[in-house]
Amino acid sequence: MCRIGAIKSRNYTHPSSALHLMQSQQKGHDNSGFAMVMQDLGGIFAEYKHLPTLSMACTDEGIRIAEEILHEAGFLRVLQWAPEVCDEPGLDINAMPNYVFETFSYPRRFRNASQKEKEELLLDTRLQLRAALEDGEQGFVYSFWPDVITLKEIGDPRDIGTYFNLWEPDDRFTAKVITAQCRQNTNYDIVRYAAHPFFIQGYTALANGENTFYLKNKEFQQGLHRGYIGFESDSQCFLYTLHYIHRELGWPLHYYKHVVTPLPFEDIEQREDQSQLLGIRQSLAHLEINGPNTIIGLLPDNTMFTCCDAKKLRPVVIGRDEDTVVISSEVCGINEILPDRDWESDIYPNEREVVMINDDLEVQRWKQ
Amino acid sequence: MEAMKLNDVTANDLPWKIKYDASRCTMCGSCVATCSFRAIEAKVERRRMVFSEGNFPEPKQRFSAVPVIRQAKSIKNYCRGCGMCEKVCPNDAIKPDRNPDTRHPIVTRCLGGDSIKRGGRKNLEGSVRTLDRIRVGRISQMTDPSLDAQRHTFDLLAPFGRILPPKKLPFATDADQHLQSTELTPPVNWIYPVIIGDMSIGALSWRMWEAVAMATAYLNEECGIPVRMCSGEGGVPVRLLKSKYLKYMILQIASGHFGWNRIAKAMPHMVEDPAGILIKIGQGAKPGDGGLLMAQKVAEHIQAIRGVPKADLLSPPNHQGLYSIEESVQKMFLSFNAAFKFRVPVAIKVAASATSVSVFNNLVRDPYNIVGGFFLDGIDGGTGAAHEVSLDHTGHPIVSKLRDCYLAAVTQGRQGQIPLWAAGGLGKTGDLAADAFKMIALGANGVFTGKLILQMAGCIGNDLGRCNACNTGLCPAGITTQEPALAHRLDPERAAQNIVNYFLAMDTEFKKLMAPIGNSSLPVGRSDALVSTDRAVAERLQIQHVC
Repeated sequence: MCRIGAIKSRNYTHPSSALHLMQSQQKGHDNSGFAMVMQDLGGIFAEYKHLPTLSMACTDEGIRIAEEILHEAGFLRVLQWAPEVCDEPGLDINAMPNYVFETFSYPRRFRNASQKEKEELLLDTRLQLRAALEDGEQGFVYSFWPDVITLKEIGDPRDIGTYFNLWEPDDRFTAKVITAQCRQNTNYDIVRYAAHPFFIQGYTALANGENTFYLKNKEFQQGLHRGYIGFESDSQCFLYTLHYIHRELGWPLHYYKHVVTPLPFEDIEQREDQSQLLGIRQSLAHLEINGPNTIIGLLPDNTMFTCCDAKKLRPVVIGRDEDTVVISSEVCGINEILPDRDWESDIYPNEREVVMINDDLEVQRWKQ
Repeated sequence: MEAMKLNDVTANDLPWKIKYDASRCTMCGSCVATCSFRAIEAKVERRRMVFSEGNFPEPKQRFSAVPVIRQAKSIKNYCRGCGMCEKVCPNDAIKPDRNPDTRHPIVTRCLGGDSIKRGGRKNLEGSVRTLDRIRVGRISQMTDPSLDAQRHTFDLLAPFGRILPPKKLPFATDADQHLQSTELTPPVNWIYPVIIGDMSIGALSWRMWEAVAMATAYLNEECGIPVRMCSGEGGVPVRLLKSKYLKYMILQIASGHFGWNRIAKAMPHMVEDPAGILIKIGQGAKPGDGGLLMAQKVAEHIQAIRGVPKADLLSPPNHQGLYSIEESVQKMFLSFNAAFKFRVPVAIKVAASATSVSVFNNLVRDPYNIVGGFFLDGIDGGTGAAHEVSLDHTGHPIVSKLRDCYLAAVTQGRQGQIPLWAAGGLGKTGDLAADAFKMIALGANGVFTGKLILQMAGCIGNDLGRCNACNTGLCPAGITTQEPALAHRLDPERAAQNIVNYFLAMDTEFKKLMAPIGNSSLPVGRSDALVSTDRAVAERLQIQHVC
């Protein structure tokens, strides 16, 4: 089973916190991988927040192919950072030859382009890179977006931490938002792309659960947007639905809950907004999820939220102190990194709730 | 002695032979009185008896005239095997026996010079049904727990009405971050995924039709199960049109337009909208053939409801003046939508055919968003009357056709926008919940059923040729007849009770199927929940093959 965690802080936080958050829950996951997305970056990336950063794991040939594509598209590299790896013998990690974190300036022809045009360009470029590197597994392109870094690898999370030197905090590689998960999705194949968190155009999602409506979701999403591809994990569907509802349809976040776990018809009938809720339930019936789930999501403005399946079959807890909010599958993870918080103010959301944390760390609880 | 000619009809030419035991018969006459087909009659036989009266054998013979029950040897009044004689006989003295050597299909044509007509279902038995080769095989275990069928709540509802693509929803966000509707959307009714359909008054006795209507109302009002009943093409009693129960009825219009005069006249007096309108283009049991109500069933009240004289009533096989799919969308759908001021969903029913996907594709692309449902009717369903050749030799099975239509919608990214309703032999083995559930997992939003409803009421017909006399107006169960004496055999309240109880049982069974796959709402299109041990079925339907 997955364990998921998310840290959102006023201060820049090092990934070691995410490792500690997840390590205490290691009995609940199978130690088969580690994946994290860092957003609102500090350290060496702090000066380049407005420019897209590519996160990629690849072979030498993969680098060559990717750079050729990026060069041809007109992207100019402004920053390159590769983690210093510690390749000790005996580490349980299925490492790729290269881990690339590169920041680029936009192509010249996009100098006067709108934000939306730039965002579409970044998505198209990531999809192009992914497709080009797919043959012979030359590489895996996780994100290409401003102020976002993604790292995923197969192996024991402790050893992955050691390999990338993530156990030792420093102020060079930090972020205000880190989401993490410690398991490869073993329901299907061991594939790097199958590890949460998943990312598309500023939206991040990770989940602890099973999506029994995976096939319905997938068949519907495939036709909704060119970026909805892969489907290596049934949890990717949660991300695509989030992206579709919030970005493509432009609906407020709280309608996400109405899409994935709609109210029963008899409850809808009691509501003033029944015509909207019925319309949503009807038109987006194939985006409903069923089965046990907890979802953590992030919006492009770094708003963080969590919600559960309609029967509350998977746990989640939110703990906080003045500077940091942590969402975790198990409370022991929060105890690890916020030991001195007032645990009585921890939130255990119910099945009809969305807990939302905005950029001022204000925590809101929305009833569906 | 009566002279027999080679081509005279004898009991051995007929599909059923009456087995009669004179020694058990008390001549009470019940069997003759009950046989609606007049296939048995009291006759007198000349019997020879040898006896001896003295102390020593001294055989004598005596001839006597003995009253007996004999089978009518006629292709008009032949035994249909309904078994009513056996049912009423107090002494087990009589019963019909299936005659494997029957020459009925040949003799009837030779003597009548006309095609054979009958009711019921397809009688050519195939192999095991496709649905029985499919199991619900994706059982939730461990991390993805099964639900509790008794304790969890389930949303067992299906849409009837046109569903908009998400990007066409006319929503705008207000200052409070709430979505507000900026214009009207097509009407959609969420109803039980099993529609009782679509058998007309005329095909059914008025008492049977009333029983179905009563059961529908009871299921809604007392049991909270929002079942809808389709009127069939034959009108609706005016009292029902003007009552609040109209909201449980789907009104059907077919090429004969029977009964619509009254419906149109009742419109100003309606206190509720009907649940929907179903435009019938074709019927799966006899595709390409119109409805057929033989004159013998056109009783006075049928003439009144339909506004017709006593004559064979044939719905033409096509809607006159309807030449294209585009036209059907524009003309028929729009006019019926407009008639009820766009408050009532309008759907279409077609016979499953090799061309169904093309028709569906056209409708699903309809830019007016007014087609509120695609009812796909496969072979194996029942009918009140049809030519036997149509019943047995035309038609298309429903399972793969429904699946093809769903997958066509998936290809277009339009699944669910025109709800798919399927029928055609569903519940044939008595397990409608299982059949419906499998169809839903293959992509149906719901199913509709007719023949099974009759069987709930006491129809004794089966697919092996028993009875199947719905066309004659002589239904021995009082279900498909307009003869008062026969219709009164049916107790409408008892029939309604059977239907209600069946639906209650089916509702529980639906939950017992949803719980193990961990779903609390209907798994429409969740074909990953199905497996088949038959590779050909698995490949055709794109489900997992297991062995």
